[in-house]
Amino acid sequence: MTEQASMRFDLQIISSWIEDGSSVLDLGCGKGDLLAFLRKNKKVKGVGIEQDEEKVACAISKGLTVLQGNLSEEVHDYPENRFDYVVLSQTLQQVYEPAELLQELVRIGRKVIVSFPNFSHWGVRLQVILTGRAPKNDQLPYDWYDTPNIRVITMKDFRLFMKNIGVCILKETAINTHHHDIHGHIVRFLPDWRATYGIFLVASCPGGQCEPD
Amino acid sequence: MTVDRSGRKYFTFAEPPEQIVLESGSRLGPITIAYETYGQLTDDKSNVVLVEHAFSGDSHVASHKSDDDEAARPGWWDSMVGPGKGIDTDKYFVICSNILGGCMGTTGPTVENPATGKPYGLEFPVVTIADMVHVQKKLLDHLGIKQVLCVIGGSVGGMQVLQWCVSYPGMVRAAIPLATTLRHSALAIAFNEVARQAIMADPNWNGGAYYEKSLPEMGLAVARMIGHITYLSDVSMRRKFGRRLQDKSDFSFNFDADFQVESYLRYQGSKFVRRFDANSLLFITKAADYFDLKGSDGQLLNILSRSEIRFLVVSFTSDWLYPTYQSRELVQALKKNGLDVSFCEIEADCGHDAFLLPNTRLDSLIAGFLKGVVEND
Repeated sequence: MTEQASMRFDLQIISSWIEDGSSVLDLGCGKGDLLAFLRKNKKVKGVGIEQDEEKVACAISKGLTVLQGNLSEEVHDYPENRFDYVVLSQTLQQVYEPAELLQELVRIGRKVIVSFPNFSHWGVRLQVILTGRAPKNDQLPYDWYDTPNIRVITMKDFRLFMKNIGVCILKETAINTHHHDIHGHIVRFLPDWRATYGIFLVASCPGGQCEPD
Repeated sequence: MTVDRSGRKYFTFAEPPEQIVLESGSRLGPITIAYETYGQLTDDKSNVVLVEHAFSGDSHVASHKSDDDEAARPGWWDSMVGPGKGIDTDKYFVICSNILGGCMGTTGPTVENPATGKPYGLEFPVVTIADMVHVQKKLLDHLGIKQVLCVIGGSVGGMQVLQWCVSYPGMVRAAIPLATTLRHSALAIAFNEVARQAIMADPNWNGGAYYEKSLPEMGLAVARMIGHITYLSDVSMRRKFGRRLQDKSDFSFNFDADFQVESYLRYQGSKFVRRFDANSLLFITKAADYFDLKGSDGQLLNILSRSEIRFLVVSFTSDWLYPTYQSRELVQALKKNGLDVSFCEIEADCGHDAFLLPNTRLDSLIAGFLKGVVEND
């Protein structure tokens, strides 16, 4: 298995969006898989933020630059446009103040990449309708009482949210993943129904003019 | 170059009239620095790791591979420095020197004042962390080393690490300040002041002029006891001693050491008296209290904004002498200056001492970070 193929599928898509030699802030970077990949294959200068001590230690031991801390607090210290890209992968659904955070991210990053599990997948919808239970699947493996996912987001909701807080969507991709999220494909037909994850490239839009990437 | 039985080497400079000017404006010279080295210096001199010891340490950071018992005796950071260890002496050339004002071979209050022919005592000038780093720079110049791969140290050693970055940013490629601070809190100054008062209250201290008489042993022992308390934590003391009694099943109903914790502190105090000088403790604690890189506007750290130094900052959860919030303050200042900084707060319940104790997480952090610095150039 190649290095890229062993990385989570949404991270494979995200890394394909990042230009060579750019600077990247990876929020909730875990053990630094994405940063290590970008450093090796795209000459990216990366910084990660992660809360879990063990994961932080693992990432630093790989020679990556990683800060242990709460991402909502750590982002405040950076000046405007400090990074070419800020990546928030599969974390938005766990953030307490998503609007505040997104505004901060488009301030410190020229472009921001956000990925999250799509709660409007047909399987999720059917589970709620047919079983009457809160959805539980590969992407959302938790029970309602112990889930870190405090936000229920659909791709449609996210588009609206970006409009409301005045952030431009430059690009979006819907993906369908399976097998521990390592494999997957891009969904072009009925993405809101068929995607397990949505990935968006967004940026602040001075003057309210969005220019798609 | 002189190398003594214990593995120490010595470098003497600043012979009058070439004395160095200290931060206080006083002049000092001649100055001897005791230092030890481990591993091999590469031809391009690019593999130097400079280790800074904490306040009561010395140049003997690790044991030497030697037939002489003195040189082979355990070092204060054997768990970290050595072949195949976190700071791998098969790869890196490690230098550790005793600090200015100390009493382990480098010039300090115990050495002879050339003006009087007697030990300096309190006539030794008050030195600062910047002065300690200044004389280390002279040592590196003497060794022909123009840049160090990394400067690392904990506690007062961590202060020297930060001071190196501010004083000589171009000479440092990477820095690892452990369990340290940008400046002493009131709490840290308070403990140091109590330690100093304990020494000065000992009648044997005699205004610092005790070298040919009885030493202020009781004062120095009490100062060490206070220090030891600040290096531990509530949890580690509960685990280590609890309320257990020492070699008895009931209270003695007098003022002997009843509890194990009392006996431990007395033992640590008396052990310390045999190896450390009371005046040195006064000078070093003062230097630590004066240290302040924050200033009123953080300007000192701004000097670093043009440097390329990579930082790894590490704190420990139960360290109440230099708590994590102080390391975070440092991290924040470095981030704002656009510096490359990594930070990890290691879960450890043994207090400030944690940075000196064997810890596989710290080993792998440091080994990996150093490797990254070497490779990403």
